[in-house]
Amino acid sequence: MSETTRRDGDYEASLKDSDTAVAAFKRRRRGFFGNVQHFLHGSPTMVPVIVLLLSVAAFGFVAPNFFSAFNLSLIMQQVAIVGILAAAQSLVILTAGIDLSVAAVMVMISVIMGRLSVEFGIPVPIAIVIGFFCGAGTGVLNGLLVTKVRLPPFITTLGTWNVFLALNYYFSNRETIRSQTLDAEAPLLKVFGERFNIGGAVLTWGVVLMVAIFAVLWYVLNRTAWGRHVYAIGDDKEAAELAGIRTDRTLVSVYMVAGIICALAAWASIGRVGSVSPTSFFEANLESITAVVIGGISLFGGRGSILGPMIGAIIVGVFNSGLRLAGVDVLWQLFATGWLIIIAVAIDQWIRKISS
Amino acid sequence: MDGDHETQVQAVESCIASGAKGILITASDTKAITDVVKQARDNGVLVIALDTPLEPIDAADATFATDNFKAGELIGQWAKATLGDEAENARIAMLDLSPSAPSVDVLRDQGFLKGFGIDIKDENKIGDEDDPRVVGHDVTSGNEEGGRTAMENLLQRDPSINVVYTINEPSAAGAYEALKSFGKEKDVLIVSVDGGCPGVKNIQDGVIGATSQQYPLLMASKGIEAIAQYAKDGTLPQPTEGLEFFNTGVNLVTDKPVDGVESISVQEGLDRCWG
Repeated sequence: MSETTRRDGDYEASLKDSDTAVAAFKRRRRGFFGNVQHFLHGSPTMVPVIVLLLSVAAFGFVAPNFFSAFNLSLIMQQVAIVGILAAAQSLVILTAGIDLSVAAVMVMISVIMGRLSVEFGIPVPIAIVIGFFCGAGTGVLNGLLVTKVRLPPFITTLGTWNVFLALNYYFSNRETIRSQTLDAEAPLLKVFGERFNIGGAVLTWGVVLMVAIFAVLWYVLNRTAWGRHVYAIGDDKEAAELAGIRTDRTLVSVYMVAGIICALAAWASIGRVGSVSPTSFFEANLESITAVVIGGISLFGGRGSILGPMIGAIIVGVFNSGLRLAGVDVLWQLFATGWLIIIAVAIDQWIRKISS
Repeated sequence: MDGDHETQVQAVESCIASGAKGILITASDTKAITDVVKQARDNGVLVIALDTPLEPIDAADATFATDNFKAGELIGQWAKATLGDEAENARIAMLDLSPSAPSVDVLRDQGFLKGFGIDIKDENKIGDEDDPRVVGHDVTSGNEEGGRTAMENLLQRDPSINVVYTINEPSAAGAYEALKSFGKEKDVLIVSVDGGCPGVKNIQDGVIGATSQQYPLLMASKGIEAIAQYAKDGTLPQPTEGLEFFNTGVNLVTDKPVDGVESISVQEGLDRCWG
């Protein structure tokens, strides 16, 4: 063999003038915006975080009294309930669904907990537990309608929203249970409204609850099989099914967990409002969707970090507080929230271009 | 909660279609509803506006309402008299209903300010006064949650607030929760309008200082009587003398009466309360 090679000459000689660099991917010049796009694609929570920091800084300059530990903690108190609802909403939206009934479920459960404790004299802890079962039940109903009857989530929850709203008025007799009555007979219902101080900041247990719910959900979604299944179903349900995930069962469990989180929100809302009010929070379902969208979770499912919606809820709270402190007419709060949603989704679309 | 306009139009249309003799309506959009109301009247239906007058008021055959401006004025006068000389230095928070400012919202708000002795400029417009005693206006949606958030925001703008006007008693209860969390519930006078039972009980408990009690059940029963009368012999209900509507009355309810402002006791308020 070696003889033949030598006779035919030195093969390597022809390589003399060729490129000697190690094989590598071609580097595209991305430019500043390209780099930003790549960075944001890798860490989707950064968009809302940046918006939050910028808006806090901006309102700190223009609105008197805005930039204080007290005011910033007050904003946290104000967004806690919508934030908790946004956690429930996120789970459903991650599966490419939507839940229009979250606020109605919450108000109905708060009425159930309140009436059972005050009117029917059931011990408060038991009334709360019954409330949680009702919350889970509403979720299972939504989930079964979506998976077994095969209704689109939008239609399912549009229907159950009205049903739960009607039941809320039926159970409550359209009457408020007053703060003083709760103090006397069921103080445990108001536990999430209790405050504690850290420096100049005043927080409630409701705020702690919100942060805890998001922390638990972050762990479950990123570190457990169930959580990965939720993302997989949202990304491509058929592919998830072919991969052996029992999609229907997982979907029902997602709606059930969302219902349980709504029951937690109900308990916390009694502390926030002070009384059990069947008319409060009637816009909270849309506010929870707003928080999810601004938080960078894709309405098409399967994409986005669970921590985003918490930041999204805080951003809306910061804008409302900042604009009110600056003495701006309330209609501009609606205006600002509207543009926040549009800009958030536009940025999301821009970042997604990278994968195509 | 206020219903939405579109639903009310549909409701009136189905009343016309079903051949009803009379309609009682509490309009949510007092100007826009007039077209479909005219349709109803052209079909021989007696239309009675309850609680909230239509704009113009003669768009309905009759109006059984409470004088919302007067209701506001009473609590304004009471707050002024209760503060005495301190009224000159009052810091007032105004908790209104909604950004769309329906007429009940405007009338109560402006009535209160007038009663308190503040120049209200255009009485059809909320928030155009320039008296420095008014800290600001915010909206509550008329419920506890909104009342609390609005109060928190106004307190952040000016912590020295000592008089709070509220559109109704649920928002007053929410405002009280906010004041409690700021540790200010003892130093602030809250006044309200409605006279619902939970609201009157809140006067008893010292949450609200005074409220203007209205009588929606009386409005409804008078309205039903009028329709029955009309169906029988075609007589139309007559407005109260000197007013464009039949006044079902308003009373100031408080346990701390002041000179020059007529009021009834909390006990009497409880006997006549509703809801």
